[in-house]
Amino acid sequence: MKASDRLDATFAALADPTRRAILARLTNGQLSVSGLCKPFAMSQPAVSKHLRVLERAGLISRGRDAQRRPRRLVGQPLAEATGWLEGYRRFWEGGFRRLDALLDEMKTQQKKGGAPRARRKPR
Amino acid sequence: MKNTLRLSTPTDREVVIARVFDAPRRLVWDAMCMPELLKRWLPGPPGWSMVLCEQDWRVGGAFRYAGRGPDGTEMAMHGVYREVVPPERVVRVESFVFGGQARGEQLATMVLAEQGGRTTLTLTVLFPSKEARDASLAAGMEHGLAEGYDRLDQVFASSARA
Repeated sequence: MKASDRLDATFAALADPTRRAILARLTNGQLSVSGLCKPFAMSQPAVSKHLRVLERAGLISRGRDAQRRPRRLVGQPLAEATGWLEGYRRFWEGGFRRLDALLDEMKTQQKKGGAPRARRKPR
Repeated sequence: MKNTLRLSTPTDREVVIARVFDAPRRLVWDAMCMPELLKRWLPGPPGWSMVLCEQDWRVGGAFRYAGRGPDGTEMAMHGVYREVVPPERVVRVESFVFGGQARGEQLATMVLAEQGGRTTLTLTVLFPSKEARDASLAAGMEHGLAEGYDRLDQVFASSARA
């Protein structure tokens, strides 16, 4: 498959919210088809159809266990589609910007001789 | 001046994050050590809230974080400190539990280096396998996806031009 065809397949597979939810669940480890069906209000054949789309796009593969045929995530196409590490970078950058603000506050508090207060910001 | 995050994968099983902060490392250390401060900045998926934050920063001491998503799903991270050298170095074993399902262990090493009143934080996470690392990076990507599709749009635009 050419790189552009592979990207097309990746984006087509990602266009569906159920398929994105399936991928999100698989980021935590492999799961059998019945395990994958649990949180979704749809039949096993419907979920299997989504799994076939994800498999054709190379986003998931089947495990070695012949009985359960657990599905697992293949990270590479997602990484290619989004640029290696981009989401991971954003994830941390958001936290580190909050840490910048907290450190500024701590520096100010330190000058005043007080301790920083705890406060919860919504994410 | 805006401090940018540097991200690299020096080996198949590692991810390294480096970032400069305009503060002495004692303050950065405190912002990591004190649960009430850590809670204020530690990143999590959008819509999630941290419901538990306990950490005992001593060799052999345990830590436990737990978060709850908008749909009630629980995500937890727990582990044990292997090395604690205030205010410059900490090594800990971490494992994730998501919806009751445990992920493999990973080894995280954080180093704080101070120069001219600024601190460089370097976080190295060593995963048990390349697959585990890639899955973890892909999980980060899913959060990126939830934040918005602008990066995907860029890729889309560039692949359409190709």
